[in-house]
Amino acid sequence: MTDPNHFVQIRHAQKSFGSLEVLKDISLNVARGQIVAIIGPSGSGKSTLLRAINDLDALTGGEVWLDGVQVNKSLPHRQYEKHINEMRQQIGMVFQHFNLFPHMTARDNVTMAPKLLKGLTNEEADALAKEQLEKVGMLDRIDYYPSQLSGGQKQRVAIARALAMKPKLMLFDEATSALDPELVDEVNLVMKKLAEEHMTMIIVTHEMDFAAAVCDRVLFMDRGVVVEEGPPEVIFRNPEKDRTKEFLRKHLAGAK
Amino acid sequence: MGLDFTVIPGYLDIVLLGCLWTIGITVAAALLSFFGGIAFAVVALYAPWIIRQPFRLVEWVFMGTPLLLQLFLIYFGLVQIGIDLPAFVAGIIGLGLHFAVYNSELIQTAILSVDKGQMEAARTVGLSRGQALRKVVIPQAVRDVIPPIGNNMIALLKDSALVSVIGVSELTLSAQRAIGATYRPFEFYLLAAAFYYVINLCMEWVQRRIERRIAISR
Repeated sequence: MTDPNHFVQIRHAQKSFGSLEVLKDISLNVARGQIVAIIGPSGSGKSTLLRAINDLDALTGGEVWLDGVQVNKSLPHRQYEKHINEMRQQIGMVFQHFNLFPHMTARDNVTMAPKLLKGLTNEEADALAKEQLEKVGMLDRIDYYPSQLSGGQKQRVAIARALAMKPKLMLFDEATSALDPELVDEVNLVMKKLAEEHMTMIIVTHEMDFAAAVCDRVLFMDRGVVVEEGPPEVIFRNPEKDRTKEFLRKHLAGAK
Repeated sequence: MGLDFTVIPGYLDIVLLGCLWTIGITVAAALLSFFGGIAFAVVALYAPWIIRQPFRLVEWVFMGTPLLLQLFLIYFGLVQIGIDLPAFVAGIIGLGLHFAVYNSELIQTAILSVDKGQMEAARTVGLSRGQALRKVVIPQAVRDVIPPIGNNMIALLKDSALVSVIGVSELTLSAQRAIGATYRPFEFYLLAAAFYYVINLCMEWVQRRIERRIAISR
């Protein structure tokens, strides 16, 4: 079952709020180690799709699979809770607004879940915190609280927190959208580093330059459907669909 | 006959002992009301309907009736059904539960106003809802309401004088005893007031320290 080309599979994902259809029959395969960017206007459903992968937003139809296991299995409530908690340990997520735990230092943000869920000893947790914070260049702030960090630093700690669970897949939900422009690069750099380590990543982003530089594939979504997908050089330089062209024209013009 | 504070030293030991009782009862009841308040808040927000509804009745009893009546119920009433508590225990339970209900109201509001991204982030790393509440949401909610809980604790200190009516020789009752022996109400009530004032100052000092400590982690 663990076909590396179908490491992450989304099959006929469908989601509606009442009569509003946010996702309309979306299917997507991501290979192990692949990096996929999802772009599109706000309200296109790209965040909803990302949040469906770890069931933060439950789909109303369709399936999500990770490494041969169905994430949104239909199980009785209690069993499902146990199952989804185990699945989520394998799926790291980084949010637009960081969502660091303000009452914990950077160290505790990173080690809280591994200690609680994997029973790490204090020494193991300490080593893990140092390893992960070093990876994101935040080792010197290990005992700082989030309120003492800049936005970019917070996001780097949030990435370390997600990595500490040793996930198979990382989801980034507009990880740099809330940052001051001068702080975007430090976060992008960390994400590039992860890409070089062949972490499988799905990235919802507004940053076309970053998507072009780092991603293997780009999906353009609009109104709940994938309008067009392909390698970044095709999507950005030579899109086929009018909607894609129009979006890119607005967006690239706006960015310059 | 004027004021004569020279009578105080002879009875200072009685009043000081009463002061110690007041401190002990206040601290014990404060702890009960703090942890009880957290527990009540969790029950009120997350327990199944079958537990939540009877709990609401208990909550109403503690909020809607006089504390004095509650102390009578716990001390004199429970004896009839075979629960014979020492007076100071009855006092601690009565004060503790009474203020736990008030603290619970504060904590419930605070839990609901913790940013929902916090719960999401905790669930995303694999915590269950209960673990996320315990490790992430409730600690933040409690930090947010330390100042109003501190106010409740000062009210608790003052209301601890009520346990004198069930015969606990705390500060107020000790002052009365000294008055009974000396017929000097003004001096001893003033002395008791001074002690309450000092305990009050200490509590405010502790509260300020806690607030300063957590300021950075909010």
